[in-house]
Amino acid sequence: MARKLPAKDVVIIGLGWTGSILAYELAKTGLNVVAIERGPWRDTATDFPPAYAQDELRYAVRLDLFLRPGQQTLTFRNNASQTAMPIRSFSGFLPGNGVGGAGIHWNGQTWRFLPTDFQLRSHLEQRYGKDALPADMTIQDWPVSYDELEPYYDRFEKLCGTSGKAGNIRGQKQAGGNPFEGWRSSEYPTPPLKQGLGAMLFAEAARKTGHSPFPQPASNLSEAYVNPLGVKLGQCTYCGFCERFGCGNYAKASPQTCVLPALLRFPNFSAQTESEVTKINLDSTGKRATGVTYVDTSGEEWEQPADIVLMCAFSFFNVQLMLLSGIGKPYDPQTGQGVVGRNYAYQTTSSVSVILKDKILNPFIATGAHGMIIDDYNGDNFDHTGLGFVGGGYMGFGQTGARPIQTRPVPNGTPKWGAEWKKATAETYQRACSLATHASSYSYKDCYLDLDPTYKDRFGRPLLRMTFDFHDNELKMSAFLTDRLADIAKAMDPVEIVASPRKGPYDSTIYQTTHNTGGTVMGTDPVTSVLNRYCQSWDVHNVFVPGGASVFPQNHGYNPTDTVGALAYWTADAIRERYLKSPGPLV
Amino acid sequence: MHRIISSKSSRRVLLTSATAFVLVGTTLARARTLSGGLPWDVGTATPPVVVRPGPWMFFSADEAAVIEAAVDRLIPPDSRGPGGKDAGCAVFIDRQLAGPYGRAEGLYTRPPFMPGAATQGYQLSDSPAARYRTGLRALADYVKSNFAGKSFSGLAPGDQDTVLKGLESGSIVLKDIKSGEFFALLLANTQEGFFADPIYGGNRDMASWKLIGFPGARYDYRDWVERHNEAYPLPPVSIMGRSDWTVRE
Amino acid sequence: MRRPLATAVLFVGLTGNAFAQDTQSFDRIERGRYLAVLGDCAGCHTASHGAPFAGGVALQTPFGTLVAPNITSDPETGIGNMTNDEFLAVLHEGRGHDGKRLYPAMPYPAYTKMTDDEVLALRAFFGTVAPVNNRVVSNQLPFPLNIRLAMAFWNGLNFTPGRYQPNPQKSALWNRGAYIVEGPAHCGTCHTPKTLLGGDKNSAALTGATLQGWFAPDITNDQRKGIGGWSTDDLVQYLKTGTNKWTLASGPMAEAVSHSTSRMNDDDILAIATYLKDSGEASASARPESVAASNNAMRAGAAIYKDSCAACHKDSGEGEINLFPRLAGSALVQSDDPTTLVRVVLHGTRSVSTAGAPTAPAMPAFDWRLEDAQVAAVLTYVRNNWGNAAGPVPASVVASQRASLAKSP
Repeated sequence: MARKLPAKDVVIIGLGWTGSILAYELAKTGLNVVAIERGPWRDTATDFPPAYAQDELRYAVRLDLFLRPGQQTLTFRNNASQTAMPIRSFSGFLPGNGVGGAGIHWNGQTWRFLPTDFQLRSHLEQRYGKDALPADMTIQDWPVSYDELEPYYDRFEKLCGTSGKAGNIRGQKQAGGNPFEGWRSSEYPTPPLKQGLGAMLFAEAARKTGHSPFPQPASNLSEAYVNPLGVKLGQCTYCGFCERFGCGNYAKASPQTCVLPALLRFPNFSAQTESEVTKINLDSTGKRATGVTYVDTSGEEWEQPADIVLMCAFSFFNVQLMLLSGIGKPYDPQTGQGVVGRNYAYQTTSSVSVILKDKILNPFIATGAHGMIIDDYNGDNFDHTGLGFVGGGYMGFGQTGARPIQTRPVPNGTPKWGAEWKKATAETYQRACSLATHASSYSYKDCYLDLDPTYKDRFGRPLLRMTFDFHDNELKMSAFLTDRLADIAKAMDPVEIVASPRKGPYDSTIYQTTHNTGGTVMGTDPVTSVLNRYCQSWDVHNVFVPGGASVFPQNHGYNPTDTVGALAYWTADAIRERYLKSPGPLV
Repeated sequence: MHRIISSKSSRRVLLTSATAFVLVGTTLARARTLSGGLPWDVGTATPPVVVRPGPWMFFSADEAAVIEAAVDRLIPPDSRGPGGKDAGCAVFIDRQLAGPYGRAEGLYTRPPFMPGAATQGYQLSDSPAARYRTGLRALADYVKSNFAGKSFSGLAPGDQDTVLKGLESGSIVLKDIKSGEFFALLLANTQEGFFADPIYGGNRDMASWKLIGFPGARYDYRDWVERHNEAYPLPPVSIMGRSDWTVRE
Repeated sequence: MRRPLATAVLFVGLTGNAFAQDTQSFDRIERGRYLAVLGDCAGCHTASHGAPFAGGVALQTPFGTLVAPNITSDPETGIGNMTNDEFLAVLHEGRGHDGKRLYPAMPYPAYTKMTDDEVLALRAFFGTVAPVNNRVVSNQLPFPLNIRLAMAFWNGLNFTPGRYQPNPQKSALWNRGAYIVEGPAHCGTCHTPKTLLGGDKNSAALTGATLQGWFAPDITNDQRKGIGGWSTDDLVQYLKTGTNKWTLASGPMAEAVSHSTSRMNDDDILAIATYLKDSGEASASARPESVAASNNAMRAGAAIYKDSCAACHKDSGEGEINLFPRLAGSALVQSDDPTTLVRVVLHGTRSVSTAGAPTAPAMPAFDWRLEDAQVAAVLTYVRNNWGNAAGPVPASVVASQRASLAKSP
């Protein structure tokens, strides 16, 4: 029997990026806000100080900061003809946990989507005709435009202090930046990071072959910076322990380094850690949430009443919670009806490994988001006529370090162990690098999330079930992009290159990205979306999913975080300026 | 109801630092409520537990002999430096199997256990520790039957390599465990031990880092990013330091 | 809110019964509230997440434990029934309820400098503090120190009651600063070295003192050991926001900044800074020989610094403004007493969060990573590199501090 706590104005489920931003924006107005996080409190000096953060085994291999599957996991299958199996150990994607969530151990790669991405279906149909899109591809236009979201992208990047070089300021192209990007209202808050030899060699080769390289936008800061909340971040030291690791010197944007110090100053905010929300409670009409139920580590159940419920868990866990709480109509892939769980998508990545002749690359000197990139083959930046696919991605040199357990390249065909392996490892480490493509993953009728019929979590609730595989469109795209990248790699004067385009079936055991999107899609039509354009549930007006990647109708050729952050601010404004003044459906 | 109790009331003569703002959960509700400021508690960091030399904690003497022999073939000693055995890979694996990794702590271990597709990941219920027990027992049986009663550690290096290749390819069939999977696990753990920070028992004296030129647990390369094509001059350092940290008498 | 500078002592004729009138006067109560900020009463009298001023904070003095009493307006367990004269006696003479003598953990030797008018404004403010029924047993000192009569003897030696006497040769701003520092803000209670009996060594006022594992540094204008290298603006920044281009406040000073100095008026902060910049001996105390770089401890210290410290404090020792303290040229780092340095390296610390500087970065603990000799070596190095010069830190000092921190963090 859950014990009832005093009511709050706002309850936030999960204290990662979106939870922190929403908590700050709403606590600022004087509302009583409580954030409930199932993982532990995390802080730089006690959880990832520069005294022991640089431990590859602990953090990158044994995944110390990540969600333990024993606490919560999902089941996976490629298609409906298979039985979904539990992901007993995460490897293909790594959900975060704890205060700060994945914001602690992300790489800091900070990309906006393209203006055409936001009108994806209309744009592609207009340019290539309706028949160009496969019948089972369920991409749709976003209910917001790039222009509407631009000020919010700007706001999130200023929160983070992102380092980069603008390519387009209010329509004026800027040398040195990304010529394909959507217009920006201002330059990046801090200048681009310094680049190593490998990135510069790639950039040279890219230019030689007619492309436009630019420095990757990075929320590992090139210089110390004070953000609009008055919080100070430090300068990145290129330590090479970025993704999967917390940053020891306050130089990577995260809830810890950008928001929490200012947020915790509000006396009307409190965080409840190591408490897992198990259900959003609805009133008898089912159209209004009354709060949430959560369980602490001793198994005790608590009820937290609130006027507004914000679902700020990691992406697909929002979907699971919605399904378990009976909010919205679950998606049925057979009939195509329903929306919760629909349009799950991922990311299509590939690599080209390069071994050079006599170079000292010092590959261990790196940040999570430095490197030189080209955007020539992203989105619809190039003519797809006759290619047999739509979509695209960025590509380039974005190597984030060379930690030796996981990164010690050898020439193709080298045995995996023994004397030759040892010799090759010693001789190749300094001369090898890996280029990558990072491309879109459009949504399909048969890629979706629902509740598993068999497997349960530790509370006895059904696990979320993921049904996903690559489609021909994405595989063709990957082959094309990888070929383009290999062409550039050849211009780097390598001794050897190995191109590895993405091949099917999707293998959940091989790490690709943790960019899991969709399931609580935002849209203009409740028949094809779970949320309206303000990320408000069509069905329960005091429930919002403020911008987690689960709101994406499909995934584009960029990392999701910048868009997630922008949508969080977008939703915060909608709640503050519209919902609070007149609670009810905003559309 | 959450009861609020103040943090420990010991103070300096006059005042302490901002521990004032932490509420410590009661034994009733095990969860932490944070409000009013960032907490600071002495002793709440989680530095790594350093492996100490000593007797085997997981392997029996016989098992340890086999593992030591195997890691020395997977990573042989040569003029560049020590092999897996002298680098401490067997010690690493021993300590890992004796700890949470070996016990599959934190993994999802609920039934039903059913075979899945290759894209669905490992679906058996046995922990890494159990797999080693089973694998080493099966390997011992195989070697005994096929090499005139010997154990793996008693074979000539060439024969050891032959056995390892047979496990790797799956051409050798082991009882109760897939040989290819067992080999892959052993190889992965060996390489982890070789390249991980020495605090975990392997990579003794940072041998692997010296082998490839990886500076270890360093955290500041600002002055070196743009020094292209120049070898980085400083020796590697472990989380627990390097010899230069010791004050010479 | 602008406050007039007190250049003269104002006597307002008040009797013990004027208290009832005071509660009607908003200005007077507001003045009292501000004086409670200057005096940092909450620092001792408000338990963490306890009701305001309801007492219960245990103070670990070198002589034993004292618990700050309840000073809410509760008539039974607080000071609700205290008359004005009794309240004056508390702050001016160190006499509490029923005339019992207070221990100078209640810094009456400093508060004695406050004017009657201001003490009574404080009284008016405390009269408005919500009454809380919380009986506190203050005296938990061991026998025979718990015999309050002994305080008569102590007071005879160490305490002279009396109001602040302005110095006519100094400016009004200076006098205001002196008044605050010596009076309500009682800075000397931490920063002035103590005699064996725990009284202030007035001849060496504000030149630094060690208390329970923290060294409260020299805050006189001494060039080498004190704040002589800080500009007035540096000092103002520090008091107001808890940080300046040199360092960040942490430990006990974090609380003083958080509760008290960051809430003072800009004028008063400037007054304090003006006074401190004129205190002590302006000429530098004798500079010791710096330890040679070839010294074995220095060599080891340099390696440890490069590998463990430079990522934040930089190879140049300059740190990062408002994030990582500057070590090169820092008087704190070159203090004769390395207690704070040793403690911060072993246990880490979090700096204060204020409205002007909310970040509150923290230094991580190194006790698990560095042995005593290594802590000693790296501290010797930072105290003697980049032109710094200070005595080396012996490993034995680190060892004994590690042991005492283990007993009472």
